[in-house]
Amino acid sequence: MQERLRELQQEAIQKVEQSASLKELNDIRVAYLGKKGPITEVLRGMGKLSAEERPVMGALANEVREAIAAKIEAKQNELEEAAVLEKLASESIDVTLPGRPTKVGNQHPLTKIIEEIEDLFIGMGYEIAEGPEVEQDYYNFEALNLPKGHPARDMQDSFYITEEILLRTHTSPVQARTMEKHQGKGPIKIICPGKVYRRDNDDATHSHQFMQIEGLVVGENIRMSDLKGTLEVFAKKMFGQDREIRLRPSFFPFTEPSVEMDISCKMCGGHGCNVCKHTGWIEILGAGIVHPNVLEMAGYDSKKYTGFAFGMGPERIAMLKYGVDDIRHFYTNDVRFLKQFAVEE
Amino acid sequence: MFVSYKWLQEYVDLTGVSAAELAEKITKSGIEVEGVEVLNEGIKGVVVGHVVVREQHPNADKLSRCQVDIGEGEPVQIICGAPNVAQGQKVAVAKVGAVLPGNFKIKKAKLRGEESNGMICSLQELGMEGKIVPKEYAEGIFVFPADAEVGTDALELLNRDDEVLELGLTPNRADCLSMLGVAYEVAAILGREVKLPDTALEPISEKAADYVEINVDAKEDSPLYVAKMIKNVKIGPSPLWMQTRLMSAGIRPHNNVVDITNYILLEYGQPLHAFDYDRLGSKEILVRRANDGEKFVTLDDVERTLSSDHLVITNGTEPVALAGVMGGANSEVTSDTTTVLLEAAYFNGAIVRKASKDHGLRSEASARFEKGVDPNRVRAAGERAAYLMAKYAGGEVLEGEAVADTLTVEPAVVSVTLEKINRVLGTDLTMKDVEEIFARLQFETSVEDDTITVTAPTRRGDIKIEEDLIEEVARLYGYDNIPKTLPIGSSTPGKLSEYQKKRRVVRAYLEGAGLYQAVTYSLTSEEKAAQFALEKRDTIHLAMPMSEDRSILRLSILPQLLEVLKYNNARQNDSLAVYETGNIFLANGKDALPEEREHLAAAITGLWHSHSWQGEKKPVDFFVLKGILEGMFAKLGLTERVTYVQAQVDGMHPGRTAEILLDGEKIGFAGQLHPSVQKGLDLKDTYVFELSLKAVLGAETEALKYQAIPRYPSITRDIALVVNRETVSGTLWEIITNTGAPLLKEATVFDLYEGDKMEAGKKSLAFSLKYMDPERTLTDEEVTKVHNRVLAALEEQAGAVLRG
Ligand SMILES: [Zn+2]
Repeated sequence: MQERLRELQQEAIQKVEQSASLKELNDIRVAYLGKKGPITEVLRGMGKLSAEERPVMGALANEVREAIAAKIEAKQNELEEAAVLEKLASESIDVTLPGRPTKVGNQHPLTKIIEEIEDLFIGMGYEIAEGPEVEQDYYNFEALNLPKGHPARDMQDSFYITEEILLRTHTSPVQARTMEKHQGKGPIKIICPGKVYRRDNDDATHSHQFMQIEGLVVGENIRMSDLKGTLEVFAKKMFGQDREIRLRPSFFPFTEPSVEMDISCKMCGGHGCNVCKHTGWIEILGAGIVHPNVLEMAGYDSKKYTGFAFGMGPERIAMLKYGVDDIRHFYTNDVRFLKQFAVEE
Repeated sequence: MFVSYKWLQEYVDLTGVSAAELAEKITKSGIEVEGVEVLNEGIKGVVVGHVVVREQHPNADKLSRCQVDIGEGEPVQIICGAPNVAQGQKVAVAKVGAVLPGNFKIKKAKLRGEESNGMICSLQELGMEGKIVPKEYAEGIFVFPADAEVGTDALELLNRDDEVLELGLTPNRADCLSMLGVAYEVAAILGREVKLPDTALEPISEKAADYVEINVDAKEDSPLYVAKMIKNVKIGPSPLWMQTRLMSAGIRPHNNVVDITNYILLEYGQPLHAFDYDRLGSKEILVRRANDGEKFVTLDDVERTLSSDHLVITNGTEPVALAGVMGGANSEVTSDTTTVLLEAAYFNGAIVRKASKDHGLRSEASARFEKGVDPNRVRAAGERAAYLMAKYAGGEVLEGEAVADTLTVEPAVVSVTLEKINRVLGTDLTMKDVEEIFARLQFETSVEDDTITVTAPTRRGDIKIEEDLIEEVARLYGYDNIPKTLPIGSSTPGKLSEYQKKRRVVRAYLEGAGLYQAVTYSLTSEEKAAQFALEKRDTIHLAMPMSEDRSILRLSILPQLLEVLKYNNARQNDSLAVYETGNIFLANGKDALPEEREHLAAAITGLWHSHSWQGEKKPVDFFVLKGILEGMFAKLGLTERVTYVQAQVDGMHPGRTAEILLDGEKIGFAGQLHPSVQKGLDLKDTYVFELSLKAVLGAETEALKYQAIPRYPSITRDIALVVNRETVSGTLWEIITNTGAPLLKEATVFDLYEGDKMEAGKKSLAFSLKYMDPERTLTDEEVTKVHNRVLAALEEQAGAVLRG
């Protein structure tokens, strides 16, 4: 009997070891440990044994049972693990395939430039002022020291609607309107972005519609040196800390003195190249001390108040910053152009 | 203005300052030098040659065989194709080994069997523009005066060993439209002297005033008119140096008399006009306004019709010149002229501008009058021209002048305090610094205490107020020397307005939702201006448009966005989503400014989603578009205030278009383009919306406030309703929410069935209804009570029955 049990144990364990699937294993479990299995059968014959032998044999039978059960469990874990691994292996994917595209659009490059400039000046205490694109001749010209017949009106041939109403040729009328609204009192610090219009044939460097950003600061002690310092902060943030600025005298009817600001050419480091027309400098914007006539017309006492103003073209800045070679790209809206400006900088 | 570096040295010593350095200095102190042209760049080996023999080429009709002495022993043989080559000429010869513009190297060659050792050059071949080459040499080689020395450098003789500075002049610096003006500027920059040109001559005893009488009717237009008389002139070419200087400045030489007037125009900035005295037909010059309809033939042989807006010079009856613009064919100097009446006048800028504009005759002369000439240089220019005519045209200058002078010239006297200069510039200058700057400019000054008083010379008509003086100080002191500071005083908080902030939210949202921002033109065509307009008003037309396509201000953005889709579609981008924010323009009557209203428009076309290797393709549809709108209104806190109503809009699909209402007011529309419009643009199904951004962003919203998260469970009941096909879900939704309140918290559509299992004309809409009480757990009975009320209302108000 004892031998028979040992035999069964060996036989079962051997079968367990050979089994290749969970089903096979279960069959072995039923076959050896089930109520109709050989061990139960062996135990049934225990009645024939003596009282001393019985517990010994019982213990042995249990031992054999447990050994088989343990073996089955071990084997079962082993098979299950293999099954999991196999499943995982079968589930593997090609991670180099492209992902499902998330729909994204982005800002127009001009908006990108304008918002960058707005944010920079907001940080310096400026507000954003906006005004009409269709303007009165008075605000567009006269209030800016450009009376009718002034030769400088030639510089910016305009789209008139009536004798007195035209599409604004710059965003300066917003400055005139803002000053007028302040009724000659208190400081002003504004940035005026917007669309402007001039009679130009559209080509690689001209557009009949374009953007402009102007700035105006009026206060009791505003100096040319403040303009220079402010423009330097702007130029370095916009174009890089390593850029130098220079002011050159210029002429605008609404500022006196007037200047133009150049930044050192990044392409050649100031040594001269095609981009900077061999000067080492690139023209960025016009600026100056607000003309006393402009202050007076808007109701400011020009003895007490001074101010500075500056104006620049976002198209030109974008063209320089991103290397765009044709201004018409900004208004054609070719998506192959637009999507190049998705990166937030 | 083109400034010859060599010529400028006649007036200012430029020792130690190269043309490039000078350009840099001029730019930094106020006049932008736009370029420096080296005239002989890339040219070498061109000498003066003497054509000793010229014969017909034995094998070619149009070629000449020349023996040319180039100062190197025996003459060399050169084959020349120019029609005007002739024996005895002094010509420019590019020797073998010479280099001409465009890196054209001259080599020994055989032309039709004959050896050629070099090339006889035209001025064009030496890099000069055809339009400035004297007419007689325009079609052939250039011929030097007979005294040109054989073998010398031809480019030097032609003054091509020079550099030309191109000045970009702003309107205030008309003083630099002359060599003398530039000389004063350069002298101030360099701290050097100005040498004035010679004018001293011995007049003959006859008096100019005996030959002609000057009368001026239009004194305002012509306050000063001076006539000099020069007799016995011999018309011929002007000296080579004068011709070359004119050419360097971009002016074509004609003859000595005309060249001298042009030379003075460049030297003094004063336009002059030479009349053939004998052709005037009278002894009078009368300056008057033209009569309306008066006819006059200018020297370009064009008949002009004049009006009383134009000023004319007449011989007492007939016009002989359009003042300041162009002379007449009837009194033009010709090769037979012997007596010249030389006009030096001060004409009003506005009247000259009017005439030059009306007749399309913009010239060097008219440009100078328009910007204002120096009233104190008019006579000096006349004297100088007379001097040159005596010297280079063999003329005899009559004593004195015939004149009509009502011009009063008061130089501007302006004062400024040192304190103001330093306050405006942020500098620390002393009075001595300031005085020195004005001394360099040759402005007279006097100082009293802190105030400096400056008398500006009349050549600097731009100096009028103290700020002009501050500008002179700033530019000559140097902007590089001005410190950098930031404004001090009361600080202002920088910020965006609420509107601007929300506009950025909308843009960022739309971009995040997959749309590209476009920027298009405000000006459009008649056809497009009012398409898709939310509000029909008169269109606003430009008085003088540049083209029909850009003649009217837009009333809507969509037509331009559709152009963007069309453009991209034609370039293999047929799936696209774009939006634009921008103003549209609503007329307010002829004399008032239009209302400018900011709109937002979007257009989506083609596939909304596609994932190529997984084979997914989802085209755009109405609900993609509406989802974008709903997300935007959610961002702005307007979800519950916006409704959509089925609508008919021109150009839109009649069954797939909705009006968008905010608080019940129409603010825009959304839907599919009408298939015929799509077809016209060659687009796939395209969905668009346009709305008043001004209305959307202007809507007052309540401040954000937290609402307690519900602590009690909700009960959900799903219902499927059978309704008529025309019944819209919005109607059912309204009945449900109105009747179910306050326990009903949410009702959402989760199914729509219109298939063939339905009775004809019916459809099934399924809603999920969520009931909840924030204070306690609801019982089934309570919910059933409300739910039945909802069902009853649905049946009663919309004929909706539960689907069996
Ligand atoms: Zn460069």
